[in-house]
Amino acid sequence: MSSAEFIIQGIITAIELIAGMDPYILSIAGVSLKVSGTATFIASLTAIPLSFIISHREFWGKQKLLTLINTGMGLPSVFVGLFVFIMLVPAGPLGFLKLIFTPKAMIIAQYILVTPIITSISLAAINAVPIAIRENAYSLGGSHRDVAVVVLKEAKFGIVTSVLAGFGRAIAEVGAILIVGGNIAYTGSVGGIGEGLSYTRTLTTAITSETSSGDISVAIALGLILITINLSVNAAVSMLQGRGEERGTA
Amino acid sequence: MNKILLKILLLMLIASLFSGCIQPDAKDTPAGTLSLSTTTSTCDTDLLDVLNARFEEENNVKVLTLCQGTGKAIATGEMGAADVVLVHAPSSELEAVERGSFIDRQFVMYNYFVIIGPVSDPANVTHAASATDAFTRIADAQVPFISRGDNSGTHTKELGLWNETNITPQGAWYQSVGKGMGDTIITADIKQGYTLSDRGTYLAMKDKIELEVLFEKDKEFLYNPYHVMAVNPEKFPDVNYEMTLKYIEYLTSSEGQDLIQDYGMEEYGQALFIPANNTDEAV
Amino acid sequence: MLQSACCREGGKNVVLLEITGLGKTFGGKQVLRDISLDVEKGEIFAMMGPSGTGKTTLLRILNLLERADAGHIKLDGMVINGGQNNNRIAARQRISMVFQSSALFNDTVYNNVAYGLKVRGMDKHTIKSKVDQCLALVGLIGYENRKAKTLSGGEEQRIAFARAVVFEPDLLLLDEPTANLDPSNVVKIEEIIRTINRELNTTIIIATHHMNQVRRLADRVGMLLDGELIETGRVEDVFVKAADERTRAFIVGEMVY
Ligand SMILES: Nc1ncnc2c1ncn2[C@@H]1O[C@H](COP(=O)(O)OP(=O)(O)OP(=O)(O)O)[C@@H](O)[C@H]1O
Ligand SMILES: [Mg+2]
Repeated sequence: MSSAEFIIQGIITAIELIAGMDPYILSIAGVSLKVSGTATFIASLTAIPLSFIISHREFWGKQKLLTLINTGMGLPSVFVGLFVFIMLVPAGPLGFLKLIFTPKAMIIAQYILVTPIITSISLAAINAVPIAIRENAYSLGGSHRDVAVVVLKEAKFGIVTSVLAGFGRAIAEVGAILIVGGNIAYTGSVGGIGEGLSYTRTLTTAITSETSSGDISVAIALGLILITINLSVNAAVSMLQGRGEERGTA
Repeated sequence: MNKILLKILLLMLIASLFSGCIQPDAKDTPAGTLSLSTTTSTCDTDLLDVLNARFEEENNVKVLTLCQGTGKAIATGEMGAADVVLVHAPSSELEAVERGSFIDRQFVMYNYFVIIGPVSDPANVTHAASATDAFTRIADAQVPFISRGDNSGTHTKELGLWNETNITPQGAWYQSVGKGMGDTIITADIKQGYTLSDRGTYLAMKDKIELEVLFEKDKEFLYNPYHVMAVNPEKFPDVNYEMTLKYIEYLTSSEGQDLIQDYGMEEYGQALFIPANNTDEAV
Repeated sequence: MLQSACCREGGKNVVLLEITGLGKTFGGKQVLRDISLDVEKGEIFAMMGPSGTGKTTLLRILNLLERADAGHIKLDGMVINGGQNNNRIAARQRISMVFQSSALFNDTVYNNVAYGLKVRGMDKHTIKSKVDQCLALVGLIGYENRKAKTLSGGEEQRIAFARAVVFEPDLLLLDEPTANLDPSNVVKIEEIIRTINRELNTTIIIATHHMNQVRRLADRVGMLLDGELIETGRVEDVFVKAADERTRAFIVGEMVY
């Protein structure tokens, strides 16, 4: 088999698997979307209000918090994975929660990874809203909540960008969820593609294990799905950035 | 138009949050679970699927299988993150039992390690008199040898072999990958090098690689037994010890042993593992 | 003709805003010093003075965007700048301001104008009719669905006016509302100011350095110099014969331009 044939054959089989809606592959994509989507959602619920508070209020330890967020942006995912693992493993301090090797553990790890990213990008967007906008909203009779809504609306492109960027990081991340999730699939039918349906197996961790066991076509199929999701998210981010700039120069 | 695209993307993101609900089989936690930590060599074959599917059916439980090297599998059990382990490094197992981490250790099955390498066999291990002789030839020829390097049962065995030869494997030809059996075989295949593999994983991957078994004599030395052990419930009261006992009993029962005996006959024309209750060595 | 048609006709002047002993420092620098001033219901009061003299600061304190270090502000006899939060909130609802730069929200013209009504919880129907009225007032009917960022500078400032008066504030603060506009837009804005004052009976304080604007619009004028209110009086009196030498010099100097 020539190398070109090998690759082409792999891709053809991969496309057949996707087109045939292979349940193993679909379940993996489903777990990926569920875990990264939930982590991003919860992270956004923390990060957006947090960035608003950082931007608008003075409080003790604010500078330290900013340093923490900046450090958090660059945290290696395996480090976060290790940290969450040590916490959640039964021998560890939070072992009683019985979360290790579950999707929830993966959500926790990704939440830690993604919250600083969303906070930092939406903070930049909120800081870019002119003070005059805030003061006008206040002066026109808006309550603190009304003013916050105005500011968030003005920064909405930046905030949506931050959420998408967070999701992009989460869905492409492998180190942390491999450690805390364990890449588990249910017991499957013998001789089928891969194993049973995914429990904690995501697109990224499955690519790792499928490549290890030589199931290149399955790995390629998973890779194609992953890259499609990632490209869509990146396209949305650059589109939004274009819009943000348009507004900035207007 | 951009706006529509953006809305679709946002919808997708939101939809992904709920995809868990739509996916019927992606339940967060199955009703009853048994968490099994085992080696990549058992995972890379379908044997576990065969064994576990029957067990799940009979006991209304889901077996969650963590595929790790033996070293990691034992460590996972020692941290209480699994209920039961199925591994193949007797010396490490016994140490862990001695530490009180595991109980109820039972012999389940065995097979033999094989030395695999390129058909051209540049180190000429085919004519080696013993396993240590084969390893010496590889070291002398300075041809690539890919080591698991992951503290697994196979890795432990490999290091034991090098120890016997009195050679300290080092240099550009000796490459440690720190990965599972499958990865290691693929790496050896790409580099046209030698490696030590369990027979089961090799057979399961045979169609995807060009390497062949070049040495499998010296059975005494290449013996590869698998044992199952329960995580000590006195150390971790939350483990599912009750189900673990059933699982151990099942693996060692004639039902489990027969499944092991038959596994691979159809697909590979030979058994990948020999059940512990089988005294005549068929492989 | 220059006068508003309001309350003074009856002879008795009612004080709306009462400022006593107001002071403000920024980082050790005294920006406002012991300002005392009464502004009457329905009048247009102009605050003039050179750049950096504290006009904007004073308006921002009156708009409760900034806290004074000393002194009281009373609206209809009630102190609004103290600790009594209730008074503050109630007062804020009655005071409005147009800033030096308009800073419209990145939204439609309609939503910009409707904002002050929405936050006051008015129903859609009332909002619609009031927004319509205000757009008519500033001569921009038909602009409802335009995005604010597509407006010209003059249009932007007119929407800023519509937005600021739509909820019919008792007191309207204007900080150099024509500073960046060409003469034709200045005429339009001044007409709008007059109309607001006349038709909605809104009391207005306007900060400006245009002497002619003071003459065209204001009933009374105050001279702010280095944070001190050195003179107040009726426009015709101050422009004909200022009591303070420095006021006279400022008027003469500014008139040159
Ligand atoms: N937030 C602040 N911090 C420090 N100093 C300030 C602040 N705001 C205003 N100042 C200072 O207070 C003084 C008065 O400023 P203000 O903006 O009130 O002047 P102004 O009369 O409105 O001037 P202009 O006609 O140029 O608009 C200036 O010296 C200014 O630098
Ligand atoms: Mg000013």
